[in-house]
Amino acid sequence: MTASNEGSRLIDEMKAQSGQDPADCYQCAKCSAACPVTAAMDLLPHQVIRYLQMGLEEELSNSKTPWICASCFTCAARCPRDLDLARMMEGVRLTVLRKREGNKFGPADLTPEQLEKLPQQALVSGFRKYNK
Amino acid sequence: MRYRYFPGCTLKGQAKNMENTTMAAASALGIELVELEEWQCCGAVYPLYEDELISLLSPVRTLAAAEGEPLVSLCAACHHVLKRAQELMQRNEEARDKVTDYLEIEYKGEGRVLHFLEVLRDDLGFDKLAEMIKKPLEGKKVAAYYGCLLLRPSKVMQFDDPENPTIMEDFIKALGAEVVKSPYRTECCGAYLSVTEEGVARDTVAKILQSARNAGAEALITACPLCRYNLENCAADDGKEPVQVYYFSELLAEALGLQYKQLMAEAKERRRVASDSK
Ligand code: SF4
Ligand code: SF4
Ligand code: SF4
Repeated sequence: MTASNEGSRLIDEMKAQSGQDPADCYQCAKCSAACPVTAAMDLLPHQVIRYLQMGLEEELSNSKTPWICASCFTCAARCPRDLDLARMMEGVRLTVLRKREGNKFGPADLTPEQLEKLPQQALVSGFRKYNK
Repeated sequence: MRYRYFPGCTLKGQAKNMENTTMAAASALGIELVELEEWQCCGAVYPLYEDELISLLSPVRTLAAAEGEPLVSLCAACHHVLKRAQELMQRNEEARDKVTDYLEIEYKGEGRVLHFLEVLRDDLGFDKLAEMIKKPLEGKKVAAYYGCLLLRPSKVMQFDDPENPTIMEDFIKALGAEVVKSPYRTECCGAYLSVTEEGVARDTVAKILQSARNAGAEALITACPLCRYNLENCAADDGKEPVQVYYFSELLAEALGLQYKQLMAEAKERRRVASDSK
């Protein structure tokens, strides 16, 4: 475990590209109470921020949570510190995806039945979220 | 009342029904929706990192193509992407310059960007709509399902109160139906998780449907094709009468007394004739 926040590229980029500073979070966990999909997560949303505060990039890259996050923006709507956690989740996803070998999902993962029935919106958003 | 209309890819595909019923209803209400001449898919998700400029090219091109006229869409996801892209163009000069230089267009974030429900509420007015209803849906118990994308983030979307919205309930009332309020009406349906993590979407959908049914709803309305897909396809078959899921526009067309099923058959026939004669 490398618990250092200093010189973390993820955090620097996050501040610049999402306007969110994990240090502003006071760990009240209201986001985790609001999140509709915590049952499938290995880290709760407020724990993701705690890991960000501690600079635990590698642990975050291996967590399931950012890929379960549906970008529903409920956490951000409830946060008393006005933090947009959905943007921070996106940041964690992008650090993985931008390494280019990290694509999570492609057309080959779909069954013909899914291709027949899924609305176009689901396919486009799925590819956008899990691919670069 | 004239608007530019951005359909988006889903409304020409799986959600054709939302477009057909809206078009029929709009013309009955004296609302002119003029489809943009050239358009592309909006990208379906708004880029949450502000250096993901490539994802902004399509929505910004669409925004500029409205030429300052109000721009209307029907799909919750399209509206979300367009509205947030517009807000970014107004707020972030650097991103704006890069995107508009690349596209070789002028755009500074001007023009109203509206969801069709906002047109009904703010421009036509629900009182006026209620007067124009020909076949009120009397006794039909209808719940609103908002989902995420129309409401949040509320500072940008400015659609309604994100925790206690009323626009869809007021719409249901204007159609003469009975409003049923269910506590899960603003919860996420699971969105694209139905593609990669279907089990997660099954859980979220079960809660939403159960909550609507417990509140007494027989039908539920949505403005989002993916919500509809999830609510219909990720629902557990528990042997009880399922809650019917409709696009808001389907009930609107019905309450206006429009024979939209017939209209759709006619449109299909026209497309068939057009493609045969190519
Ligand atoms: S709700 Fe906001 S302040 Fe509270 S733990 Fe979540 S991100 Fe931190
Ligand atoms: S945006 Fe992600 S983390 Fe936040 S409430 Fe929704 S699913 Fe949970
Ligand atoms: S698919 Fe959603 S997550 Fe369901 S988008 Fe429609 S508004 Fe919400």
